[in-house]
This record gives sequence, C-alpha cells and structure tokens, in this order.
Amino acid sequence: MIRSEILKSIVPVITDRLVICNIGLPSQELFQLDDRPSNFYMLGTMGLCSSIGLGLALAQPGKVVAIEGDGSVLTNLATLATIANNASDNFVLLIIDNGSYGSTGDQPTYAGMRTSLAKVATACGCEHVIECEAEETAGTLQDALDANRMTIIIAKCQSGNIDVPVIEMNPVLIRERFMAEVASRNSGGT
Amino acid sequence: MSSDLSGRIVGDLVNNDIDFVTTVPCKQLAGVIEAIENHDAILHIPSNKEDEGMGLCAGAYMGGKRPCIVMQNTAIGVTVNTLVTLIQFYQIPLPMLISYRGEVGEKVACQVEMALHTKALLDQLSIPTFHFHHRDDVEELDGILKHTWMCRKPTAILTDAGFWRAA
Ligand SMILES: [Mg+2]
Repeated sequence: MIRSEILKSIVPVITDRLVICNIGLPSQELFQLDDRPSNFYMLGTMGLCSSIGLGLALAQPGKVVAIEGDGSVLTNLATLATIANNASDNFVLLIIDNGSYGSTGDQPTYAGMRTSLAKVATACGCEHVIECEAEETAGTLQDALDANRMTIIIAKCQSGNIDVPVIEMNPVLIRERFMAEVASRNSGGT
Repeated sequence: MSSDLSGRIVGDLVNNDIDFVTTVPCKQLAGVIEAIENHDAILHIPSNKEDEGMGLCAGAYMGGKRPCIVMQNTAIGVTVNTLVTLIQFYQIPLPMLISYRGEVGEKVACQVEMALHTKALLDQLSIPTFHFHHRDDVEELDGILKHTWMCRKPTAILTDAGFWRAA
C-alpha cells in the first residue's frame, strides 16, 4: 500500500473527527477523498502538523487526529518530547511512514533507513506507541480513538504517489470553516 | 523589582483572555515565564523551538483559546517561514513577547549580531512591532494585545535590557 491507499482506508474512521493534515500531497489526497469542515489542511509550513494537532487537542475536548509524514516529523523531531510531556488523551498522532519525502519526489528519509520513529517516540516518553503495517492502519487508528488515550501510530507503507491537484481553497476560509466546526461541536452542536 | 513587572505583564495577558502560552526560555524573560507557569488561568506549554511553539499556538487558537508566544529575538531567525506560511497566511492573531537581546547593556557580543537584524526582519515581514525601552512602556501592552486580536496578525513586542533593568 502507498499513502493514498492508507488515507482511503481510514476515511471511515476519521470522517467525523477533527483532522489536521500534513502539507503537500497528504492534504491534497484527503481533500479529494473526503473534504469536510472538520479537516484542516496545511498548505505550507513543513513539520508543524503534530504541533498544531497537539495545540488543538489541549485547547478543547474533541478527539483530534493529526496525519503526519515521516519526513515531516524528522523536520520537527522534538515535537515528540513535547507531545510525551503534555499528553492529551483526545489526541492521536498518525505518522504515515513511507520512508520518503513523498511530496518532493520520493527522496529517501532516514526513517526508511536506520532511524525508528517508534523508538524515538518511546524514548521521548510517549506511553502508547504502535508501529503497524499499512493494512492494519484503519483498525489500529479506530482502536486508539476508542481507547481514549493518547496514541502515536507509525504506519509503515511503500513510497509512491498518485496525481492530485493542489488545493485552491483560500487558507482563511479553511481555517474559519474549521474553527466554526470546532466551536459548534464544543457548544453541543454535532 | 522585575517580578512586579512580570506580574503586570501576565496580568495584562490574562485580562485580555490569553489562556494558552508557549515559551522558549531567555534569561531576560525568566521572571515572566515563572509568572506564566504559576498563573492558574494560563495553560503553559513550553516548546523546544519557536516554530514548534507557533504550531501549538495555531492549534490552540483554532480550538478556541487565545495564544501568546514568549521567546528571544533570535527566534525571528528561526520562524520566518512559519510566520509567513502559517500565522500570516491563515490570519492567526499571535502576540509575541520577545526579549530584545543585543541592545545596550548586553554582555554577550554574539547577541548583538541578531539584534542588528531583528527590526529589519520584522519590517520586511510587515509585522507590527513595538519596542519597550522604558518601564512605562508597559502601559502600551493592553492596547497592543487588543490591536493584535482586532487585526488578526502576529505582533512583536520587543523588550530590551533597559526595560527590564528599570523595573
Ligand atoms: Mg514520507
């Protein structure tokens, strides 16, 4: 499986959750698969998806899934220490680890070589860290959300991309649509 | 002493409903960071690096909180991309309480190097910038925080050695 196939497989699990989606192809793919007001798409800023996700989880009670990449987490590796030391049980960090910088042409990352992001997360103090095969991602993610405890999932998959257009939605509209959704859920809306 | 000034600053933050603060330490900001940590109305999440902190602030803002970041001016060199592609692009209000190291009174020569570029970088990024040099400049803080929410921009409050020494 490649990343776009994992995303397709987890749509039923994340469709009603608050989702922060990583820059580049992951956001473009999710936008094509299941655009929703509960999705926040990053259009820039490599590396900060997990930080935005943690900030959102700490700020309000709704369950948050941050969809990260291996290259992106490597850019901001210390995020795993911040996440471990400020555990928020409504937060699941899903790192789709294809061992490459997918959006820039599949150059290899160190996560595909000698570096284990699961071991880094554990060493940083994260308590529930699960490395799974691509095919197991949806079930593992569902279990993590049902367990009501902060979980870091590293889903190993193959590198490779599909052709998807860029997101043309205005960034302020993405944010305001998302914030209205968050606010309505937290006021007893959805 | 500066604890009065730190208390005054944190009081202004809380009076403006700021309830989520991330910090990256600076010696000059030690007192204000301690006051933030000790205030019950503020969720304080220390970050390892300032761009990470801005990510936390963006998420907290979208979750309904009012964020603030406390950092040193060297961070401006670290965060240019994040300020432009996250905070400004998505129009997220973010007051940045910054220790302006490298001004008169500085003991570490290397700090002067970044001080020389601080205002030029902020100007290049079109970030509203306020320089606190005298103790009384703190009177401006309440208005700056309200201004930040009104215009939904990052704003920079540069606090130099003179400001903290006079406290
Ligand atoms: Mg990757």
